[in-house]
Amino acid sequence: MPVAADPAPQFRDYAHPERLVSTDWLAENLGTPGLVVVESDEDVLLYETGHIPGAVKIDWHTELNDPVNRDYVDGNGFAALASSKGIARDSTVVIYGDKSNWWAAYALWVFTLFGHEDVRLLDGGRAKWEAEGRPFTTDAPSPAPTDYPVVERDDRRVRAFRDDVLASLGQVPLIDVRSPEEYSGLRTTAPAYPEESALRAGHIPTAKNVPWVRAAADDGTFKPKQDLESIYRGEVGLSEGDDIIAYCRIGERSSHTWFVLHHLLGFDKVRNYDGSWTEWGSAVRVPITKGTEPGSV
Amino acid sequence: MPALPPSLTEIRDEFLALDLKERLQLLLEFANELPPLPDHLKDRDDLFERVIECQAPVFIDLEVEDGAVRMHATAPREAPTTRGFASILVQGLSGLSAQDVLAVPGDYPHLLGLDEAVSPLRVRGMSGMLARAKRQVAEKTAA
Repeated sequence: MPVAADPAPQFRDYAHPERLVSTDWLAENLGTPGLVVVESDEDVLLYETGHIPGAVKIDWHTELNDPVNRDYVDGNGFAALASSKGIARDSTVVIYGDKSNWWAAYALWVFTLFGHEDVRLLDGGRAKWEAEGRPFTTDAPSPAPTDYPVVERDDRRVRAFRDDVLASLGQVPLIDVRSPEEYSGLRTTAPAYPEESALRAGHIPTAKNVPWVRAAADDGTFKPKQDLESIYRGEVGLSEGDDIIAYCRIGERSSHTWFVLHHLLGFDKVRNYDGSWTEWGSAVRVPITKGTEPGSV
Repeated sequence: MPALPPSLTEIRDEFLALDLKERLQLLLEFANELPPLPDHLKDRDDLFERVIECQAPVFIDLEVEDGAVRMHATAPREAPTTRGFASILVQGLSGLSAQDVLAVPGDYPHLLGLDEAVSPLRVRGMSGMLARAKRQVAEKTAA
């Protein structure tokens, strides 16, 4: 049974306001039957230092990724994971995390691959909850397992693969959400981030550079719809009916942009190319453009 | 292959005796135990080297005095994994001779059983930290 959406006025303009909850809403709704709060961070230990009371943890590296193949867990794996976290198929799942919700958005996107209906983000993430002096606890919850069904992952709707990108080069808008330094080919990782083995630097030809952070306000919340419109429709020129593909380095920052384009601005067809630069930048014979211009095919 | 110094052997065995979940807890304990900087290194950012292999901002400095090594590190509270890595090396390397530090195998971080608990990609951050620590010791010993 879904928990009622947050009616907060700051969400009203978004295409799908029900995809966000405010810290006020969450504080009032903690413990509501049917609500499961999930923390998903870059730092695998941050949850253990203290988390929102009752929240469970999902780690992208060790729980969402398949340990052998470079892929996500399959239907069985996801059902087992969800069950162990006390998530039922009809649970309202609210995800929050560090780094302006990068990994939270990534987890939300993976939930979407499995068609989990009601999954939302806490606007502003962990940092906002903390900045407002709200409670954290180190008490580990022990949720009762659920009978989450085995649902086959749907990789067609919101996920793009290298071959999809290659086949549609020049025909669909590509958004590169990495930093300008990565886009132009000065480096292969975000400034101050470790090397993650891409052999070449630059971007996919025709991709426009819109760093993910442009969608975020200083406090980590999403910018108002009007601001987002002027960036993505105005500057980038995206329009209704576009088949959009976003990518970054490993698919986490582009999940953030995917959330903005799909849920906040209402573009129907948005896919995240999770192979992203760690795949493209190491693949043989795929075209690469260097410099600050999108380039052509 | 040279034997690991007792300090590093002890830390390794402590981790390996635990299941995956408990290893995370132990890493968190290490994070909480990262010693504060001694007075003579406070406000001496110029002496510290950033470990760029780690996602979080972590800085290290290695001192060699009379042949004995002392390692210092800072890492933010909101990056407990990185703090834990730094703390393991600070506790494991401090007090060793320069020679022993230089002989520590580069893959020591992968011997702690953390690859499964934390992921190999993240553990790579500690490998970068160890490599930089050894390089500092080599430089300071040569001088």
